[in-house]
Amino acid sequence: MTARGRRILSALAPEHRDRLLGFARDVSLPAGVRLFEEGGAADRFWIIRTGIVVLDVYEPGRGAMVVETLGEGELLGWSWLFEPYRWHLGARTRGDVEAYEFDAHRVRAALDEDPAFGLAVTRCVAGVAIGRRLRAARTRLLDLYGPPGSHTTAAGGEAP
Amino acid sequence: MTAASPALAPLPYRVVERRDDTADTAEIVLEPVVSALPPFVPGQFAMVYAFGVGDIPLSLSGIAGSRLTHTIRAVGAVSGALHALQPGATVGVRGPLGTGWNLTAAAGRDLVVVAGGLGLAPLRPLVHAALATPHRYGRLNILIGARTPADLLCTRDIDRWRAVGARVQVTVDRPDDSWQGDVGVVTALLDRARFAPAGAAAFVCGPEAMIRATARDLVHRGLAPDRIRISLERTMHCGTGHCGHCQLGPLLLCRDGPVVTWARAEALLAVREL
Repeated sequence: MTARGRRILSALAPEHRDRLLGFARDVSLPAGVRLFEEGGAADRFWIIRTGIVVLDVYEPGRGAMVVETLGEGELLGWSWLFEPYRWHLGARTRGDVEAYEFDAHRVRAALDEDPAFGLAVTRCVAGVAIGRRLRAARTRLLDLYGPPGSHTTAAGGEAP
Repeated sequence: MTAASPALAPLPYRVVERRDDTADTAEIVLEPVVSALPPFVPGQFAMVYAFGVGDIPLSLSGIAGSRLTHTIRAVGAVSGALHALQPGATVGVRGPLGTGWNLTAAAGRDLVVVAGGLGLAPLRPLVHAALATPHRYGRLNILIGARTPADLLCTRDIDRWRAVGARVQVTVDRPDDSWQGDVGVVTALLDRARFAPAGAAAFVCGPEAMIRATARDLVHRGLAPDRIRISLERTMHCGTGHCGHCQLGPLLLCRDGPVVTWARAEALLAVREL
């Protein structure tokens, strides 16, 4: 993996990046557009060029709760790559968003047809998107910025 | 008074200002009652004594001549007592203690300041120093992670830092309905920071797990480990390297830290018993 961040395209070798981009179409998405709902068919995915997309979960009585935000260079959606091809979260644009949009059926067919391309894209999605988001989710579970434990610090706290 | 005495004997300082930062965190500004301690540099800390209760190490969140600003989260007896002080109250202060951020060594470089939670407090004087001499440095990136929008420190500063050209990004773990910023871990903001890794210097403070994740990410992006400075915390008592409570392998963090390079700290932080 050569990625130096979450930019999905920089993690792909040039020949695979160019081939993937061959399936892309430029889209402009206005602010507040819902791109998909939890449980819906994951038949598209996006790579964000500019703007912010919010991933959320709807809870009755609490509304759409924001789980994470995605920005420039990031992959929006990985559920299209793995069965049952259903979204695990919802997504909506926060402001205006420019993105590459991909037809998941076409890309999956290409991945199946060319194992080298398929392995490269799958590794990229797993490493740059899924892996990083899993690590981030685990880190946030720790509630690191919450009330400190029993120790004396130099930053402004001490033993309760 | 000997050269060693500032670290050994507390001098009386008076609280001249106090402001609530968040629900459990307040900023107090201290001025010397009679004589001032030697000058502090960003990153150093003081032992602050709440009379009749005890003393704790506190980083400086502001340095203006002999005026010292501390940001205090009330989590225990001493910090609770200091947090509750009102203007006019007197405390004892020892210092300056420990190592600083050594910003001048980053001259000519893009700066990446990464703060998690209360870790923004010790980085604040560094940011002010960088903004005071912008011609000395490249682009200034300030990445801030907080638990919730209500836990965000230095909110007034952030607007001002942006206004004078710093690229400030803020993310929270738990947004409220009004939050329009990023949601997620602070390392996710590195992608949108503007710096040339080969020529940048980084300054990181926050919970240790956040420091480790950030430093590794920065190294992965091409920053040299000796140009990543982190501020570490261990149980500090004497502040002078004598009691050993803050030992991290060969380091006594009250004396050799709290600011150390990632090149020095990485292997030590990998040993759990340390």
